[in-house]
Amino acid sequence: MKAASPSSYDEMFAADGSVRPAYRGYEEWYAGQPADLLRRKGTEAEAFFRRTGITFNVYGSEDAEERLIPFDMVPRIITAHQWRRLSRGIEQRVRALNAFLHDLYHRQEIVRSGRLPARLLEKNPAFLPQMVGFTPPGGVYTHIVGIDLVRTGEDDFMVLEDNARTPSGVSYMLENRETMMAMFPELFTRVRVREVSDYPRRLARSLAACLPPAAKGHQPVVAVLTPGIYNSAYFEHAFLADQMGAELVEGSDLRIENGRIAMRTTQGYQPIDVLYRRVDDDYLDPLTFNPESQLGVSGIMDVYRAGGITIANAPGTGIADDKAIYSFMPEIVEFYTGEKPILPNVPTWRCSEPDALKYVLENLADLVVKEVHGSGGYGMLIGPTSSKKEIAAFAAKLAARPHNYIAQPTLSLSTVPILGRAGLTPRHVDLRPFVLVSPGGIDITPGGLTRVALKKGSLVVNSSQGGGTKDSWVLDD
Amino acid sequence: MLGRSANGIFWLFRSLERAENTARLVEAGFRMALTRDARDASDEWRSVVVTLGLRPLYEAKFGSDYAGHNVINFILRDRDNPGNVLAMCELARTNARMVRAGITREVWESVNDSWLRMRDLLARPVTETRLGAVLDTIRRQSTQVRGAMEGTMLRNEIYNFARIGSFIERADNTARILDVKYYVLLPSISYVGSSLDNVQWENVLRSLAGERAYRWLNAGRMEARGIAEFLILDSRFPRSLAFCYGKLRSNLAHLAREYGCETDAHAILREADCDLHTITIDAIFEQGLHEYIAKFISRNTRLANQIQYDYRFID
Repeated sequence: MKAASPSSYDEMFAADGSVRPAYRGYEEWYAGQPADLLRRKGTEAEAFFRRTGITFNVYGSEDAEERLIPFDMVPRIITAHQWRRLSRGIEQRVRALNAFLHDLYHRQEIVRSGRLPARLLEKNPAFLPQMVGFTPPGGVYTHIVGIDLVRTGEDDFMVLEDNARTPSGVSYMLENRETMMAMFPELFTRVRVREVSDYPRRLARSLAACLPPAAKGHQPVVAVLTPGIYNSAYFEHAFLADQMGAELVEGSDLRIENGRIAMRTTQGYQPIDVLYRRVDDDYLDPLTFNPESQLGVSGIMDVYRAGGITIANAPGTGIADDKAIYSFMPEIVEFYTGEKPILPNVPTWRCSEPDALKYVLENLADLVVKEVHGSGGYGMLIGPTSSKKEIAAFAAKLAARPHNYIAQPTLSLSTVPILGRAGLTPRHVDLRPFVLVSPGGIDITPGGLTRVALKKGSLVVNSSQGGGTKDSWVLDD
Repeated sequence: MLGRSANGIFWLFRSLERAENTARLVEAGFRMALTRDARDASDEWRSVVVTLGLRPLYEAKFGSDYAGHNVINFILRDRDNPGNVLAMCELARTNARMVRAGITREVWESVNDSWLRMRDLLARPVTETRLGAVLDTIRRQSTQVRGAMEGTMLRNEIYNFARIGSFIERADNTARILDVKYYVLLPSISYVGSSLDNVQWENVLRSLAGERAYRWLNAGRMEARGIAEFLILDSRFPRSLAFCYGKLRSNLAHLAREYGCETDAHAILREADCDLHTITIDAIFEQGLHEYIAKFISRNTRLANQIQYDYRFID
């Protein structure tokens, strides 16, 4: 077995080649497996994914309209101790995010106090004036949050991104575990791993806890709103609806009846209490937002504001995903919780500030530069792996619209081995735990989605850019 | 259940049924063609194309050249024929994806697996050597989907809409095969009762997977009236019109029970079902088999449309 490259922290092997505590149980099992057996299992897993249709669609690639996200069979393992600290930090951050969103759409104390510049909200398309003065049912803005974490050392976890809008990937968390359990049942008898499979039940419960004022006393009606089968995350939408026992609706199934949003069933229109929407704000209501949208429901914002329906996540939460806002998260956490953040941010230069811009332009070759509103790994520059020409072209874009960018150091992300042709070989990973918020509290599923860059040395883990996934384990005490 | 999902599940099972029936028809045609000389073989293939209602499309592409190779590929995989078998499998899968949250994992996997296999099998032109294996796969795959459904689906509205889709389609297919073949076989009504080409009639039965059952019931006598009676009125045979309507009756009755009310579709069904129960084969031949079948097909379509309307398949 090979030790990881010395430059970054490997989660399985220490620099001297010894196995770290989190992976000891796994390693003992692994050492007893014939190499060709594991490779055969890999082929099996792929066939399994194809047959079950766990695919995602890639925008702009016509020939392969449905692709599999590569799955690697070596789990990503986190100890109970590490997880306790992580979940405290996540809970703190998510609590702050919800308080922050409430404040932004009400008195804006944080702006008044001078801790957040007002210009970050002005002309920001993610800030929705329609939400000002309105409090969502139960006071919950982000029913579902994905917090992207990266790790650089034994205890060094940092938040890379907050996904308060509509985080995806939870179906992979669940299916990856199912796949591992189906392929290596005996492994789970040797290593005690915390369960993730009740996520859909917890999600359903958490959504049903935020009923709108108009909901009657009957069993809550929850529906998942999808843009349709051609959306990249359609599999996940169907999967969650199925697992929650909720209807999977499209905009064309919905209309307003008696001040409620109702879905066309075989027996007529039935009102929906909670809509878990997987449609972006901009497409939600053609009357209020993008008038071209066919994906939403005309007038849903009026119904929402009148208490006729709960929309999860609340419209306007995307402002918290803004990368310029992100750079203020340490201040935000402190402002609303009165505590120091448990999980730090990745150091971030705001290119809108002249000194920062100067530094960034001078050091582009060493930095990662991201668009403030971007996501999914599109439109970013990774200095160390870009050519001089690419860097020069990016510098021109950056200088023209500096407020549109932030920059971060190229982190030495931790690695976890993947099973390659020649055995275990280290690849960079991140982690997206999934967090549910309800009036009753914050519920974090132990684990999450580990994304892994499959190319040697690559730091890009996004599935749209060829990244893969791993099953993520949190060990039981 | 959403109206759109009811529509999706209805068409999922209609397209699977159609793919399967088309394969059976091609299989029967292929068998006939094998036992004929070249000219008669191309007559056989023409009759398959006519039965599927594809003659104008086919001739627009190939003229009157009914070479087996062209016909097979036109029916199974040619994009110029929008109802080709591969397209049916794809439509079924698209609908299954749409109603994914309403079907079991087993049903979804078997539909998806069918599509993956068909896509690979039909990626290149089908030679006559490969045809048997291809048709065999289509049949097996439909059996697999049906088995997954029978074994795992809750007997609720979703299941009943699925079955309604299957039996509307099957009744339509049986009626069309009977009608077209009857015309191919009998250029004039005066032929009824005359001595017939047994092989041809056996072919009708084969297209509907009924040759063995019919022979077993009738000690091998091939006779137009008997075969028509078997295919229309014998409610023991799973592809007969009477059988399909018996099933439709119980599926629609289930919906009425679950929803607490009947709809206009129930009235159409009662009329059709009653007709199949009281009419005799002699009465059918008296009014003319073709006229009877034409009326049946149009009422079957009316029933399908009414179901789509009553249960809000579309807005």
